[in-house]
Amino acid sequence: MSTLALNPGPDPGSPTVVEPVSLRAVGRRFGSQEVLRNLTLSVRSGETLVVIGESGCGKSVTLKLMISLLDATSGEVCWEGHDVAGLSRAERDRHRLRFGYLFQNSALFDSFDVFENVAYGLRESADRSEAEIGAVVVERLEEVGLDAGICSKKPAELSGGMRKRVALARALALEPAVMLYDEPTTGLDPVMTGVINRLICQVRGRRSVTSVVVTHDLSTVRAVADRVVMLEPVSRLAPDEPQAIFSGTVAEAFASNDSRVAAFMQGGDASWEREVG
Amino acid sequence: MSTVSVSRPTFSPIHRLGALVLDRVESVGDFSLFAIGVLGQLVSGRPRRRVLLETMYVVGVGSIPVVVVTGVFIGMVLAVQGYDSFHHLGMETRIGSVINVSLVKELGPVLAATMLAGRVGSAMAAELGTMRVTEQIDAIRALGANPVGQLVVPRFLACFLLIPVLTIVADTVGIVGGWLFSTQALDVNSHFYWAHSRAFVTAFDVATGLIKSVFFGGAIALVACYHGFHCRAGAKGVGRAATVSFVVSFVAILALDFFLGLLLNTSYRLAYPQLPSLL
Repeated sequence: MSTLALNPGPDPGSPTVVEPVSLRAVGRRFGSQEVLRNLTLSVRSGETLVVIGESGCGKSVTLKLMISLLDATSGEVCWEGHDVAGLSRAERDRHRLRFGYLFQNSALFDSFDVFENVAYGLRESADRSEAEIGAVVVERLEEVGLDAGICSKKPAELSGGMRKRVALARALALEPAVMLYDEPTTGLDPVMTGVINRLICQVRGRRSVTSVVVTHDLSTVRAVADRVVMLEPVSRLAPDEPQAIFSGTVAEAFASNDSRVAAFMQGGDASWEREVG
Repeated sequence: MSTVSVSRPTFSPIHRLGALVLDRVESVGDFSLFAIGVLGQLVSGRPRRRVLLETMYVVGVGSIPVVVVTGVFIGMVLAVQGYDSFHHLGMETRIGSVINVSLVKELGPVLAATMLAGRVGSAMAAELGTMRVTEQIDAIRALGANPVGQLVVPRFLACFLLIPVLTIVADTVGIVGGWLFSTQALDVNSHFYWAHSRAFVTAFDVATGLIKSVFFGGAIALVACYHGFHCRAGAKGVGRAATVSFVVSFVAILALDFFLGLLLNTSYRLAYPQLPSLL
């Protein structure tokens, strides 16, 4: 069984392109449980990278490592070529504002209404007048297809799809250069899934952001991906095998000879046998 | 094709004891770093005024009913339990001194803090724990804010500043409750009740109670917020955080009561050696 080549990196003869985010041989443990091992992954500027894999393979952990919400236990996480571990806390907090993060369950602040949720980052990061903040909030809500009339509602009063879109508006409020989406369509009906997929494409088109989408929803993969990377659970990796077992286009993923990739892309059952040694 | 079998390692009781000790030491270190981080944010951060005022309202105004009930019953119970002994000696008018010294120096601060650890502390731990498991704390970091500054500092300030105020409320209603019960139900002479109280309750007693309550308030806030921030996943984790927060706060209150009492009494004797012992 062969491992398809990962992103080979820039042509040695071409000008060096600094990737917004890259992971180099990254590992992450929680106590005795190893979730990531030898994960090498680069995100090209302007692309939409979709990370797929079975539940528990470390997709969400990968996303949190990219924004430094978690620290790697081994390896390097780099922002534009600079190791994040070498940055001070203040530098890290400042650089983190380049990222927008859409959490799996939206993570809206329960005690704040929609307006205060979307305005939260604006209040923290820059001195803006109330009028400026109000204008930005309304603009972001309209961008995600919501009426400003919901500003006074609390998150508990919103549907799942509306909460997801408010969370997206909040993430976009600070004009991020890199958007990270953690299972953006989980728990949504097919219609709302399509809406969210379209919004991800619109955000990319309007703002030229780099996007990383973690999902196991194949409709999202087909709709938004420029490139797909598949992670395999650590417990099923061979001793020296990198955790990113596939990197390529959507078409290449569907045509992959790797039985693990094929099983995932075709939505088949997860049982498979691997050769050892 | 072959399959790989995995055998679980077995740990002896010594291994498990060692792991438990290491875990506890790590927790103490973790808590200490957390507390230092909170104190650092107190100096450098700027909590949102609206959040601070709302928190102070919940901690302060919201706790008045339970503190009043606690204080009144403490005073009346002290009167009930102390009266017979004093009556046997023909010294029932002195019961006011015992009730009021006990209230202001010990029972008022400790029982009020214990009640607040249950009401305010557990609620804080549960609220922050829920925020942890729903990734709201991560969202705060992702939006460029410091969660300790935004969430912990307002709660710490509210408890640190208001629990002493609530202790004063508890002491006051306890004194009134003890007086009312003693004079109305136990027929103690009111004039002598207050005369003996004035003779025995000193400024040092009042100050001791208030100093303790300041430390109790800080401890309740730090313990509750720490357990909320380090909550494990799921409803069970949130419930456990609230429960453990109360238990640890209660133990901290008792430990602080002992050590602060020892420190303050020793300091008093060193500062005023010519005054008679209070014991």
